[in-house]
Amino acid sequence: MSAQAKTVRITYREAMRQAIREALQRDPRVFLMGEDVGKYGGCYAVSKGLLEEFGPERIRDTPLSESAFVGAGIGAAMGGMRPIVEIMTVNFSLLALDQIVNNAATILYMSGGQFNIPLVIRMTTGAGRQLAAQHSHSLEGWYAHIPGLKILTPATLEDARGMLWTALEDPDPVLIFENGALYNMEGEMAADAGAVDIDKAAIRRPGTDISLMTYGGTLGKTLEAAAELARAGVNAEVVDLRTLRPLDDATILDSVTRTHRALIVDEGWRSGSISAEISARIMERAFYELDAPVARVCSAEVPIPYAKHLEDAALPQVPAIVEAARAMVGEHG
Amino acid sequence: MPALGADMEAGTVLQWLVKPGDAVKRGDIVAVVDTEKATIEVEIFQSGVVEKIVVPEGEKVPVGEVLAIIRADGEAAAPPPAEKPKPAAAPPSPRPAARPPAPPPTGEQAPAPPATKAAAVAPSVEKPKAPPPPARPEHPRLRISPLAMRVALELGVDVSKVKGTGLDGAITRADVERAAKAAAPTPAKVAAPEAAPKPAPVTPPVEAPKAPAPPKPAVSPAERQAMMRKAIAAAMGRSKREIPHYYLSTEIDMSRAMEWLRAGNLKRPVTERLLYAVMLLKAVALAVREVPEMNGFFVEGAFKRSEEIHVGVAISLRTGGLVAPAIHDVDKKSLSEIMVNLRDLVKRVRAGVLRSSEIADATITVTSLGEEGVETVFGIIYPPQVALVGFGKIVERPWAAGGMVGARPVISATLSADHRVSDGHRGALFLAAIARILQEPEKL
Amino acid sequence: MTDDEIKALVLGELKKIAPEAETGGIDPAVDLREQIDLDSMDILNLAIAIHAATGVDIPESDYPEMTTLDRAVAYLRPRIKK
Repeated sequence: MSAQAKTVRITYREAMRQAIREALQRDPRVFLMGEDVGKYGGCYAVSKGLLEEFGPERIRDTPLSESAFVGAGIGAAMGGMRPIVEIMTVNFSLLALDQIVNNAATILYMSGGQFNIPLVIRMTTGAGRQLAAQHSHSLEGWYAHIPGLKILTPATLEDARGMLWTALEDPDPVLIFENGALYNMEGEMAADAGAVDIDKAAIRRPGTDISLMTYGGTLGKTLEAAAELARAGVNAEVVDLRTLRPLDDATILDSVTRTHRALIVDEGWRSGSISAEISARIMERAFYELDAPVARVCSAEVPIPYAKHLEDAALPQVPAIVEAARAMVGEHG
Repeated sequence: MPALGADMEAGTVLQWLVKPGDAVKRGDIVAVVDTEKATIEVEIFQSGVVEKIVVPEGEKVPVGEVLAIIRADGEAAAPPPAEKPKPAAAPPSPRPAARPPAPPPTGEQAPAPPATKAAAVAPSVEKPKAPPPPARPEHPRLRISPLAMRVALELGVDVSKVKGTGLDGAITRADVERAAKAAAPTPAKVAAPEAAPKPAPVTPPVEAPKAPAPPKPAVSPAERQAMMRKAIAAAMGRSKREIPHYYLSTEIDMSRAMEWLRAGNLKRPVTERLLYAVMLLKAVALAVREVPEMNGFFVEGAFKRSEEIHVGVAISLRTGGLVAPAIHDVDKKSLSEIMVNLRDLVKRVRAGVLRSSEIADATITVTSLGEEGVETVFGIIYPPQVALVGFGKIVERPWAAGGMVGARPVISATLSADHRVSDGHRGALFLAAIARILQEPEKL
Repeated sequence: MTDDEIKALVLGELKKIAPEAETGGIDPAVDLREQIDLDSMDILNLAIAIHAATGVDIPESDYPEMTTLDRAVAYLRPRIKK
């Protein structure tokens, strides 16, 4: 193994922690705040050890009031800081919806361009850990509806490691959705991994017969499905959207133009979802490239159940992705 | 009943030139139809065998009505006893002639935007009053992916014969490509492989049967004139209501063109002499290549550009009225070929016998009133086209060039164009291109 | 060919070229373009038809000679052999 290609074994959680640590080291304006991020080390242990390293000024535990501490983050950002606000789960972020949607996203516009809000909000999203309907929803597609926000969904170690710094550099509010099922994902990452772009989708697996489009927690399942499809002779391309707002239309349309079929895998609900938006854009701009109707594999339209077998049944799973893709490709690729 | 013009609502079948059992080939003239404007020879777009004549001679039916049923080559005949009770409905298996066919890959009948295409015996999709085309009951609409349809158009594959292997039996691109590969290796003129040995079906001539005892018009000349007036009124009224015209005009020095033509005609036998009109037609067609937004159709709120350049030639009738039938692919033809087409067209306009493709296919129109002594024409666009070029009389004019004034033959060229599609700047470039092209007549 | 025969020939061809025109009451001294609305295509077709019927090749520069029936007869008379 050469020096340049040196890799380290790391988890998604640890990659995220490295990203926060690097930001705290590089920029004195950066601080982290949220519920239990300090003494407890973060609900998902992302910030474990940071309080000891950076002190209570920069790793701040907050009261249990999402609206209050997100609002404080907005104020700090307006005042010249670069806050990272952690919200425990996307479900709880709804308590701060007014701050996020009515303030963070609009102040630049409503102040006539006078105030940017360089705020980063991190939160956990997604199901699969038997945390029931209070903690398991995937509402990132909802936030992608809002002009003024950028919506990131890191699905790989590199993105977990690299998106935060780029988000902090952005002068406007950026929301980072970390799928809870990914924190324990472990793999090899370049030892010198650093900042990555946040405006391009990525082709995680090139293919020719069908484009499987996904993001966040379902990327792994989709890659697994692609491998299974390959064994059946179907060469699937996997597109990791990475950023849900703004969507990278060019990569999406380019992929469909090459494969002529698009299947969207989204842990969000189907109705009014980001998958619906992507489907509409493909229809609007690549209709005559389509060799089959755009299809979707989404979560069942129920609050995510607690019981294991029900939760599994409600979420997109590999067999459903494989089945949908095979139906679209038909008798042969 | 094909739509043989922008505002045609109904037509009368004057004569059938085929009968059940006859083999027909794409492009054959199968019937003569009387419209408000003219007697039109209806071409068939589908090779096959005439299964049934649905509308008898003398009957007037609205646009969209099925005139006859053509069984495509290779399709099984309908079981005769299982005749459907409804007369206009197609039997289940034969392909109704009313299904718009896929355009051929090459050949004179070039594809045009489907919305304006008057397929041989096809309904006009624009007419809401037209009854829906008869369909196979089990498949009210062809299941084909947009991509497969596009590829089929490009490859000239008749999708009605393709077996779908996609989702729910939909036709996919792979199905179309397979069908294209299976088709004859020389897909040019032969529409479909004549695989099945036929009882010596003498290929009907592609040309019109020479004067097949001109069918008696169902209406008197006076009535015909009144109807034509009405049809022109409708088309022109619609044009002026809907199309925001803009007009541009320029004078073109014709000295080189006329001298080249005169010298050339001296050497040509009388049967091959050219009229200057063909130079104008060719110049317009070549200029269209440079400014393609003059060429095509404005339908359903959007401009559909045409790859083919079919120039409609406005021809007035002595009895009043006018028609503007198309000469196909003018940009690709030599002046002599265009002349042959033009002569033939004028002859048949005079005799009142035109073909369906000529009526519906023009993508841009040229009108010349120079013969009548008019110097400038500001024409009205023939919808759904988007441009019309008018030429006046060639007159001698003082013309300054290089500091010298001399007498030169000059023609005025005008452009009437659709402002929804193009702007004055592009229109000006178009006229300038016509003028420039006419300065090099030897390259026409 | 007698003048009447030439006249009949020209009239007959005109009828074919312009079947919808009223050729019955043509005044032989008056311009055909005015009487039956002949255009350059019609004149060319007339020249072609006369060439086919008589062998006389009318050059383009002589087309004006075809503008009235009388002038056409006068022009063709010496050129038609026998």
